[in-house]
Amino acid sequence: MNKAVDNQALLSSLAVAKSNPFAPTPLEERKRIKEAIAKWLLAIITLMLVLPVIAILGYLVFKAWPILGPSFLLENPQDNMTAGGIWAPLVGTFFLVVISLLIAAPIGVLAGVYLNEYAGDNWATRVVNLAVMNLAGVPSIVHALFGVGAFVLFAGMGRSLLAASCTLAVMTLPVIITSTREALSSVPMSFREACWNMGATRWQTIRTIVLPNSISGILTGVILQVSRAAGETAPILFTGAVFFRDVPEHGWEAFFPYGLHDRVMALSYHLFTLVTQVRGVSDEIQYGTAVVLIGLVLFVNALSIALRSYLRSRKKW
Amino acid sequence: MSIQIDFRNLTVKYGHKFALQDVSLEIPEKRIFAIIGPANSGKTTLLKCINRTIDFVSHAKVQGRVLIDGEDVFRIRNVYELRRKVGMVFPLPVGLPLSVYENVAYAPRRAGIHDRHELDAIVEKCLRQAMLWDEVKDRLQLLGTRLSGGQQQRLTLARALSLRPEILCLDEFSIAIDPVTTMRIEDILRELKNEMTIVLVTNLVQQAHRLADYTAFFSASRLIEANRTETIFNQAAHRLTARYVAGDFG
Ligand SMILES: Nc1ncnc2c1ncn2[C@@H]1O[C@H](COP(=O)(O)OP(=O)(O)O)[C@@H](O)[C@H]1O
Ligand SMILES: [Mg+2]
Repeated sequence: MNKAVDNQALLSSLAVAKSNPFAPTPLEERKRIKEAIAKWLLAIITLMLVLPVIAILGYLVFKAWPILGPSFLLENPQDNMTAGGIWAPLVGTFFLVVISLLIAAPIGVLAGVYLNEYAGDNWATRVVNLAVMNLAGVPSIVHALFGVGAFVLFAGMGRSLLAASCTLAVMTLPVIITSTREALSSVPMSFREACWNMGATRWQTIRTIVLPNSISGILTGVILQVSRAAGETAPILFTGAVFFRDVPEHGWEAFFPYGLHDRVMALSYHLFTLVTQVRGVSDEIQYGTAVVLIGLVLFVNALSIALRSYLRSRKKW
Repeated sequence: MSIQIDFRNLTVKYGHKFALQDVSLEIPEKRIFAIIGPANSGKTTLLKCINRTIDFVSHAKVQGRVLIDGEDVFRIRNVYELRRKVGMVFPLPVGLPLSVYENVAYAPRRAGIHDRHELDAIVEKCLRQAMLWDEVKDRLQLLGTRLSGGQQQRLTLARALSLRPEILCLDEFSIAIDPVTTMRIEDILRELKNEMTIVLVTNLVQQAHRLADYTAFFSASRLIEANRTETIFNQAAHRLTARYVAGDFG
């Protein structure tokens, strides 16, 4: 009797062994289902993030469509902003961004290099790091008020292109420092040690090994600040933005319409005034301005992503 | 036979923790001097004092003296000159993200050699000495980081040799490479000892036995004993040493 049961157990276990050994067990089957649920749930949530972006962009372009064209970009606003284009604010934004980066990028990159490569790990460095990190989180309106105090009033720049650019530079500086440090610290320490062991100075090591292998990250960080400087309104609001200014739109002067001490029109501020301050502006002009501003930001971001992936493809280790 | 490196009462602390305590040791010229001992006994720290890369550890405190050819390392003004005199090979192979050629030409260039023919000659000689020449001579422009681990370690060795150092220090060089490469580098070291002093930190007791003229045994940040390799392996003065070389602990 006992023997018979034993035999049966043996037989059934043999049967199991004979059937497909790779067949999923119930446990694995449940794991597979959970995996599928997780995957689809995450995919849907991701899609929900992308949808609004596409919807906003599509809606803006759709509303602005009739006016979009070269003349919208190349003409000044006319008839109290109710006609014409956006040349003056477009050029203004360009100069604000370029000048602020000319100030912030060299200082920020050099400071990042110093903090990452030279500064010892002591309390002074830690205080500076903490300050930089906190500065990066300061709301832009606070930067704006600092700009009024420091540049407009104290430095006597008045409300001007220069003062507004300096304010934007102060706003972007901490982020440039931080991104520079991140790029530098992605270069393995062992490379530096190998160079030092061969009698290279710190600067020789930085110039020959560290910078060439982190320049992509540094540039990406700087370029990303272009879109930030172009998009912010608050920092220029009290420091140099002007409601309206008639600038040349033909010939050579059209490209240099502002002096350093002039007040400037800027896209972000222009959009704000179009929507809130002026009556009778057609929808198309408002939406058109928004499309150009957002297009500029997206273009610059795309540029930095392209640069990064190009340089990453040439990564050397 | 003259003394090349002379440690006198060397003590190194990281913060409050001793890495070396009162080490006095003489390393003779043009010999292979092995340093053995369990992990964390201070072997790497000792090497870092020879070329003063200990300077880069900001919380390290050094007392005592290290004399190279009679000159106190910690008083030397031109530390870069010192580091050119001492070649270093570390445990993990590091190919710099430059071409194989530029890897070896790196130190000579920084030292002011720019003549193309001179650089070519140095690169070829060092790569030959490191027994890497035959494998890379047709692709000197390849990135050093693309070589295999064993090749990169020989590249590191070629780089260390590129300034014709008087002293060559190796820190557990075989830890990340295959046995065949290890044997080849050991052969190289036997050749090189005619030209330079070799300080070989090793975690393989048998490697010290095979190669070294002298051996020093470190344990828990102290020098236990140093002597001719034969003596250390056959008639060690301390029980600790005898047990370590017999593979009893560590
Ligand atoms: N940079 C450092 N900071 C703090 N402690 C260190 C540092 N480097 C080594 N040590 C400590 O010093 C002691 C000796 O280390 P090391 O010289 O690397 O020994 P070994 O090379 O023999 O393994 C160990 O206890 C180690 O933890
Ligand atoms: Mg070590």
